[in-house]
Amino acid sequence: MASIARNVLILAAVLSGAVVCTPAAAQNEQFIPILSYRTGPYAVNGAPYANGVVDYYNLINERDGGINGVKILFEECETAYATDKGVECYERLKSKGPTGAAFINPLSTGITFALTEKTATDKIPIVTMGYGRADSKNGAVFAYNFPLLGTYWSAADIAIQHVAKELGGLDKLKGKKISLLYHDSPYGKEPIPMLQVLAQKYGFEFTPIPVTHPGVEQKSQWLAIRQHRPDYVLVWGWGVMNSTAIKEAAAVAYPRDKMIGVWWSGAEPDVTPAGDQAAGYKALMLQHGAGKFPVHADIEKYIYAKGKGSTEPGKIGEVLYNRGITNAMLGVEAIRKAQEKFGKKPLTGEQIRWGLENLILTDARIKELGFEGMLKPVSISCSDHEGARYGRVQQWDGKGWKVISDWYTADESLIEPLVADVSAKYAAEKKVTPRDCAKET
Amino acid sequence: MIAFGQFLEVLIGGLMSGVLYSLVALGFVLIFKASGVFNYAQGAMVLLAGLALVRALDLLVANGFPLWVAVVLGIGFAAVIMAATAWLIERFVVGPLVNQDALTLFMSTIGVTFVIEGVAEMIFGSDVYPLQLFPTDAWFLFEGLFPGGILVNKLDVWGALIAGILVAGLALFFQRTKTGRALRAVADDHLAAHSVGIPISWIWFVVWLAAGLVALVAATVWGTKLGVQFSITFLALKALPVLIIGGLTSIPGAIVGGLIVGAGEKIAEVYLGPSIGGGIEYWFAYVLALAVLLVRPQGLFGERIIERI
Repeated sequence: MASIARNVLILAAVLSGAVVCTPAAAQNEQFIPILSYRTGPYAVNGAPYANGVVDYYNLINERDGGINGVKILFEECETAYATDKGVECYERLKSKGPTGAAFINPLSTGITFALTEKTATDKIPIVTMGYGRADSKNGAVFAYNFPLLGTYWSAADIAIQHVAKELGGLDKLKGKKISLLYHDSPYGKEPIPMLQVLAQKYGFEFTPIPVTHPGVEQKSQWLAIRQHRPDYVLVWGWGVMNSTAIKEAAAVAYPRDKMIGVWWSGAEPDVTPAGDQAAGYKALMLQHGAGKFPVHADIEKYIYAKGKGSTEPGKIGEVLYNRGITNAMLGVEAIRKAQEKFGKKPLTGEQIRWGLENLILTDARIKELGFEGMLKPVSISCSDHEGARYGRVQQWDGKGWKVISDWYTADESLIEPLVADVSAKYAAEKKVTPRDCAKET
Repeated sequence: MIAFGQFLEVLIGGLMSGVLYSLVALGFVLIFKASGVFNYAQGAMVLLAGLALVRALDLLVANGFPLWVAVVLGIGFAAVIMAATAWLIERFVVGPLVNQDALTLFMSTIGVTFVIEGVAEMIFGSDVYPLQLFPTDAWFLFEGLFPGGILVNKLDVWGALIAGILVAGLALFFQRTKTGRALRAVADDHLAAHSVGIPISWIWFVVWLAAGLVALVAATVWGTKLGVQFSITFLALKALPVLIIGGLTSIPGAIVGGLIVGAGEKIAEVYLGPSIGGGIEYWFAYVLALAVLLVRPQGLFGERIIERI
């Protein structure tokens, strides 16, 4: 009954565009829009992520009294993972608060593509942690894009490194067949150029297989996989596509331990609907996995103990919840960094862009923030808007995710030429003059 | 021989998938046949029925009820929910619009769709809820003839059996029962039917209830296949080309239309898809539907429309 009441309240608040934040709208507040999806086919993945973001912002307000005294004012806007609604939300929220939106986090690669030029014009950073445009790692061209912690090109390289490790070395990739089952959208297509580069370098046969949104019907794709018999299937899915892929794989007797999902295909809602059939399925980790760390204790103490939590207490620490709090923490720390230069007051998007570009999180700072064990050091710069490119692999054992690999680091020597090439083409097409990163401070 | 075996596998898989689409299409046909209303909310009704069933089932199992008792009670609870939905729709949407044109009624069902989706998720939750009422593993037939055999999914076979039983039951209901004949009379001309004493409100409640129960049956199969979740509503889009091909008024047409769509889209995706980038099955089903529309606008089994000028 309590969960029904909570669902009703959250949905009513989001659908009415209500502000979920501090009560009095004072001038000493930093406004952060939250583009979320709690309805529609992707709500099952969007909601836990949004819950993490909301809980972390509330934690900063409740525990610390804001960021150096500047309270966080936030508002959710429902996109339903649709690009048009995402753009509409951005336009509606970009000027809110005393200084406008601090940054935007669209949680959709499609919306990211649609907003990239708008946000640069409006001077509002677009933070796409673990998704978005892979070429936007190049901050010289994409001054306002921040694909933090890992792009899809980093993910593709890490996935292939793991396949090679299982096979016994990179040289063993030669002649192997690797298929990519992908969501037929900008998100799903993003890793393809990198996988083509990797296929050429290591000599494996690469086959991309699209799945139409939302991915409820995949019989054709899996019959084709059964006939083609690839050695590995990489899954670049979202929402129902992931669990359906696992079920269809089981139906055609394709081994689940030869499937490796990207980090958006490796959360609890992706495997639990498939029941026992999901056992053995593997997925990349955007550094963190499931589980509780010191920051969760604070969230429980300052938020849930006061009855202000966004979700059921049992869901704190799930993969997507943890991604939400990690994403929120990076944004908060970027604001804190910007305050060092521009003062402890509400800042503009342009000022926070500087904070993002100069953000360095050491092991000591990560520990201080309560994220020790979830995150490795992050160092963002003008030329590197990704800031870190580490990953691990986890495996679903039927009840929970188990980390089965050591840390991988994406091979920059392979990624960088592609980033340089594609971002240069973008700059030429959009008439963007790349910044000289040597002169940026 | 291998290629022929693979083709057979795709063909059988497609036909079976098509039958599952038919399960959803049947709900559309029922309401259109009996009331002339194109019910856009059928996909949402499948979601509502599935959520009611799976949430009741989970609750009962968690409280120590044996599985079979929980299944029976869960289905009963979902049926009550669908009956209540049918009553509300008849009382507050379709009933008051009784003399409006078909387009107005159609638009009202679009409104009903969003209300059902929102309320269903609000009450029962928006997670993915696993449902396991039928086996989901596969048979591998003719392994001696074809390397690896021909894969046939057991869930698809269950779906086909259920669809067959539904069609037979509905045919008997329409042809052999008093209520069924009254439904047909209302469909032909509801004002004339009303003038001879057929209670329109009751008949429309019955037909929406029947569509709700068909939605519940579809939810048991599709819920087992996908887990009960919002994406089930997208099945309405899979049912549309089935209806166009089979005809809006024919129950056997829904089955035949499903078979054509299922087989056509799977063969197109597997054999044509790779050469043009893949991901074609969604729109290819509509290509088939358009082709039928051009040749036979009322669908393969639909009633020919003859109007005096």
